[in-house]
Amino acid sequence: MKITREDVLRVAELAYLELSEAEVATFQSQLDHILEYAGKLNELDTSNVQPMAQVLTAEAGAAGATLREDVVIPCQVAEEVLAQAPDAKAHYFRVPKVIER
Amino acid sequence: MAWTIESVRESLEAKQISARELVSDSYARIERRNPELNAFLTLCPERAYAQAEKIDRLITEKAPLPPLAGVPVAIKDVISTRGVRSTCGSRILETYTPPYDATAVERLERAGAILLGKTNCDEFAMGSSNENSAYGPVHNPAAPGRVPGGSSGGSAAAVADGLAVAALGTDTGGSIRQPGAMCGIPAMMPSYGRVSRYGLIAFASSLDRIGPLTRTVRDAAKVMRIIAGRDPNDSTSAGTPVSDYLSEMAKPVKGLRIGIPKEYFGPGMDDEVRAKIESGIALLKKLGCQPMEIRMPHTDYAIATYYIIATAEASSNLARYDGVRYGPRVPGETLIEMYRKTRGRGFGPEVKRRIMLGTYVLSAGYYDAYYLKGQKVRSLIAQDFRDAFTKVDAIVTPTSPVPAFKLGERTEDPLQMYLSDIYTVTGSLAGVPGISVPCGKTRGGLPVGMQILGPAFAEAGVLQLAQAFEDAGGFTL
Repeated sequence: MKITREDVLRVAELAYLELSEAEVATFQSQLDHILEYAGKLNELDTSNVQPMAQVLTAEAGAAGATLREDVVIPCQVAEEVLAQAPDAKAHYFRVPKVIER
Repeated sequence: MAWTIESVRESLEAKQISARELVSDSYARIERRNPELNAFLTLCPERAYAQAEKIDRLITEKAPLPPLAGVPVAIKDVISTRGVRSTCGSRILETYTPPYDATAVERLERAGAILLGKTNCDEFAMGSSNENSAYGPVHNPAAPGRVPGGSSGGSAAAVADGLAVAALGTDTGGSIRQPGAMCGIPAMMPSYGRVSRYGLIAFASSLDRIGPLTRTVRDAAKVMRIIAGRDPNDSTSAGTPVSDYLSEMAKPVKGLRIGIPKEYFGPGMDDEVRAKIESGIALLKKLGCQPMEIRMPHTDYAIATYYIIATAEASSNLARYDGVRYGPRVPGETLIEMYRKTRGRGFGPEVKRRIMLGTYVLSAGYYDAYYLKGQKVRSLIAQDFRDAFTKVDAIVTPTSPVPAFKLGERTEDPLQMYLSDIYTVTGSLAGVPGISVPCGKTRGGLPVGMQILGPAFAEAGVLQLAQAFEDAGGFTL
């Protein structure tokens, strides 16, 4: 197995995901299985291939994709947005204490 | 009842039915059928009846009716609807009510369509069977005990069962086309950039597209005509002019060259699906089209490429769900602990798996080997399509290698589930448009779907072939 238990824990840490012991074990074998399959891309020589980072062709983009005017438009949605939050008070989202001293 | 956009309009104009009655009939049917199908997650009767009243007033006043007047529609739950709960099939958004409408929704409503509610889907549109919804799977109305396909399973089931006349779905790797095929209705993925993604809750931003699921090809064209086009709120929406699909698609198909990619007809395809698609191709030939074998040499690498790129983008897009701005929060001693617990509790197994995979392929030391490699192979797959379209006008393939499978039959092995997207992820990666049209049923009565792919922004040509196929009886082959 190429993917170790430590790999799974490291990635879960990066992704801020709390996993159960069972999930760690399952993901270890499943990720290993999937990444082994993904390894088939190495059969292809891509040394002279540009990565495709943009889907829209230049023509399609150019046909009208001018930037919007930089003007201020009213956007009074703060109350509505804050109403969705699990913990909000007076125009702020409240979170556990971040700054220690 | 089997309403179409066309028959709704005729009946409204002839005053055989009112918009209000269309809505109450739809809700009556939903109330009867939804407990079994689980296609709808949220209904919005206030909004629906208010819109119906507007349409009925226009009729009374003999004012001109907008193009989709009175058409009851369903919207996949990953598409934002102002004031109507939008969960994305996830617990992490179980209380989320968007403060704005997606552009596609706004355009449908402005064209007179009536929003009935939000449809079930795989969590954040990640899945091929609708079994990854936090709110339970959708059942296939065309095949009891079987999946409707995914991820737009609720939208496909709602239209196939007559709960809505049309629906919006989203397609990232096949999520409109495959459920359309499994439920036996036309389902279209437009070109990347053809329909604004503003208000579409992102899964993979370079792949996500909004498109229609309908009962006829003409209805798909009618919805496309409304939702397509440049939107200043989506910088990736294209300025390419929107064709008049309905008149374009009436053109004769005689002489059109149809590419049949050899790589799509290898092992792994169900024999009955193969036989149906071969009959479909024979029918196109009878209509005067010229089928010819073509090669698309990088097809075999599409699944690996897709699951690297889509999960990488997903891991980034889904970073926003952290218990701060929306959804339920699981408390923690520190901010990080709160994030970890909220996300660990709020996401289901498939979403976690993809976040893990995506985070891995983007992480230091693996970025070049997986993500960058994937982007390069994506270029090769897109080049396969460009090369093919110098020789042919359209490409025809099956939509799915298998018809609708049984609920629970394939949930154990994620890679096996991913492999079933083989015929749809290629067009997704290349950015081209495609439609799945019904192509008969297996002996057991399971719908088979045939996929028609065209060059980027050639929606009219794709619809034209699909319409000719429907007119020639292809749906019931």
